[in-house]
Amino acid sequence: MPEIGFVEAIRQALAEEMERDPTVFIMGEDVKVGAFAATRGLYEKFGAARVRNTPISEAGIAGAGVGAAMAGMRPVVEIEFASFFYCCFDQVCNQAGKLRYMSGGQARMPITFRCVYGAMGSAAAQHSEVVYPQFLSAPGLKIAIPSGAAEMKGLLKAAIRDDDPVLVFEHGRLGFTRGEVPAGDVIMPLGKGAVKRAGNDVTIIAVGAMVPKALAVAEELEKEGIGIAVWDPRTLVPLDEDGMLEVVANTGRVVIADEGHRRGGAAGDLAAIIIDQGFDYLNAPIKRVTALDVPIPFSPPLESYVLPDEEKLKAAVREIMA
Amino acid sequence: MDASAVPKEKLLSLYRTMVTNRRFEETLSNLFFQGQIPGFVHVSIGEEAVPAGVCAVLTDKDYITTTHRGHGHVLAKGAQLKPMMAELLGKRTGYCKGKGGSMHIVSYSLGIFGANGIVGGGLPIATGAALASSLRGNDAVAVAFFGDGASNEGTFHESLNLASLWKLPVIYVCQNNGYGEFTATADSTSVKDIAVRAQGYDMPGVIVDGNDVLAVYEAAKTAVERAKRGQGPTLIEAKTYRWEGHVVGEQAFVPDYRPPEEIAAAKQRCPIQLFAKQLADTGFVEPAELERIAGEVERALEEAVAFAQASPFPEVESALEDVFANP
Ligand SMILES: Cc1ncc(C[n+]2csc(CCOP(=O)(O)OP(=O)(O)O)c2C)c(N)n1
Repeated sequence: MPEIGFVEAIRQALAEEMERDPTVFIMGEDVKVGAFAATRGLYEKFGAARVRNTPISEAGIAGAGVGAAMAGMRPVVEIEFASFFYCCFDQVCNQAGKLRYMSGGQARMPITFRCVYGAMGSAAAQHSEVVYPQFLSAPGLKIAIPSGAAEMKGLLKAAIRDDDPVLVFEHGRLGFTRGEVPAGDVIMPLGKGAVKRAGNDVTIIAVGAMVPKALAVAEELEKEGIGIAVWDPRTLVPLDEDGMLEVVANTGRVVIADEGHRRGGAAGDLAAIIIDQGFDYLNAPIKRVTALDVPIPFSPPLESYVLPDEEKLKAAVREIMA
Repeated sequence: MDASAVPKEKLLSLYRTMVTNRRFEETLSNLFFQGQIPGFVHVSIGEEAVPAGVCAVLTDKDYITTTHRGHGHVLAKGAQLKPMMAELLGKRTGYCKGKGGSMHIVSYSLGIFGANGIVGGGLPIATGAALASSLRGNDAVAVAFFGDGASNEGTFHESLNLASLWKLPVIYVCQNNGYGEFTATADSTSVKDIAVRAQGYDMPGVIVDGNDVLAVYEAAKTAVERAKRGQGPTLIEAKTYRWEGHVVGEQAFVPDYRPPEEIAAAKQRCPIQLFAKQLADTGFVEPAELERIAGEVERALEEAVAFAQASPFPEVESALEDVFANP
């Protein structure tokens, strides 16, 4: 299997879907040049009409995407940094997420939003946030969080073909990673998680960029005789509850790793689902390894103090084994 | 505007501000390339006349908000080099105790309500500061500095409407440097001159040469006087140019998006050199005085860098402080 970069995976997914389906078009700030290089070259290939470079006006772009989707297109809207979603919350949450429901199933909403999320080194609070928990409690939105190049390509293609609004969150740090990606038309279905590694003692449920960290920790702790299973939900909405409970049932101990904040976060949501439906499987309380509940600070030592990392993950695993 | 109509002290202070801004950001770029500055750095080299000219008519009581490209405005409003540099290095002695960094400098006591990581984020905040001023009857004005790109955000339009409706003492200063990130203004903005948008909100829209510090100064003075008379807001569009990239170091990851001739032509109209020439023409400002100022700026900067480098990083537990006033 060819190994490609995470960003190249985005580019391939976009190009292939645009070639396959003339109703797919992309729009966003600086998609012509490609601020994060993901859309680079697409303008030259598909032209200005289908690669729409927009003004800086998130609410307008998001809303125009909603209207275009209702009228028969499949827009892929880029919102640069996830924190800029706050500028278009209404169009995403009140409009995209609700119109199909409020119209009794009439409205079509095949729109995809892409953004870069997470802390990537002293970008400070307004550029470092993990925004998907906010959308978890806004019904009607699907949420995909790729953990590597293969997931990136497969989930983005699935998102574009999906008839519902899908938000795809791409961790900034994963932009530097590479991974094996099957060539051609690979689709990774929304709502299907993956066991990334088997193990019998503890399950680490890891979201997005926490997956490679969890795998590294698992590798290391194996030397101490701790067998760690790593499970990647891939999409938080829809969630592969059966897949999650199956891996939990096998270990009885669970650590959930997510870069989002702890209060009201994705880790808490997953933990609640496990407690609701898999309490009998548990041999120990569920541990959460998340960011602390403060805005992400600028100064490097403060930033690392606040963020979850491999050390914190290891400590949680040891604690749950004790 | 004729330089001889301005008091000499004011002229020299304008010059000092511009040189400080230029040298501060040149130093910053160097430190960035040496790996000493974490995060993103956006410099405004070539745009120094705008913050200098506008802030010269403000006092500590007045308010400003600015953008991701805000070092110049913050310095012109009175920020000190040492805590500024320390903040950019993420140190405890910085303006925001290392929590904000380059894009988020705030100094409450100087009326600096923040640089801002969100394009268009500062405009409503300046509008609100002006609202407070009018409610409290305290004569303070607020200035929102923003880019041409920000004038396409909803916050621009909503702010101007409110300010005009309520006749708020606020001045919207659009620093039009020709680009928003990697897109030319002409490719993103429905009007050639952003100042015409003022018409839609029934306020004066003024275009000035943003490389001519005295032209900026004069326009700002008129706008402040109008605001203080209770006649409401003004939109000033200062036309200038961004000599450097959107973000320092961008050459490593974006292809060229600007014609090199365009950059070269802009450098021919260096605001500092233009002003130095105007000053020389007055006959009462000696070149030696300008050199002395440049030397003083240089030494102050060296001290600031040394101070920032010698300052400790914050205690990690301080990351948990300052979220709430009453935790
Ligand atoms: C709401 C929001 N959208 C997008 C961005 C990314 N971004 C940062 S600066 C910038 C360009 C701003 O252009 P302009 O307002 O003209 O200011 P300039 O950079 O030219 O000083 C963009 C798009 C952001 N920080 N915030």
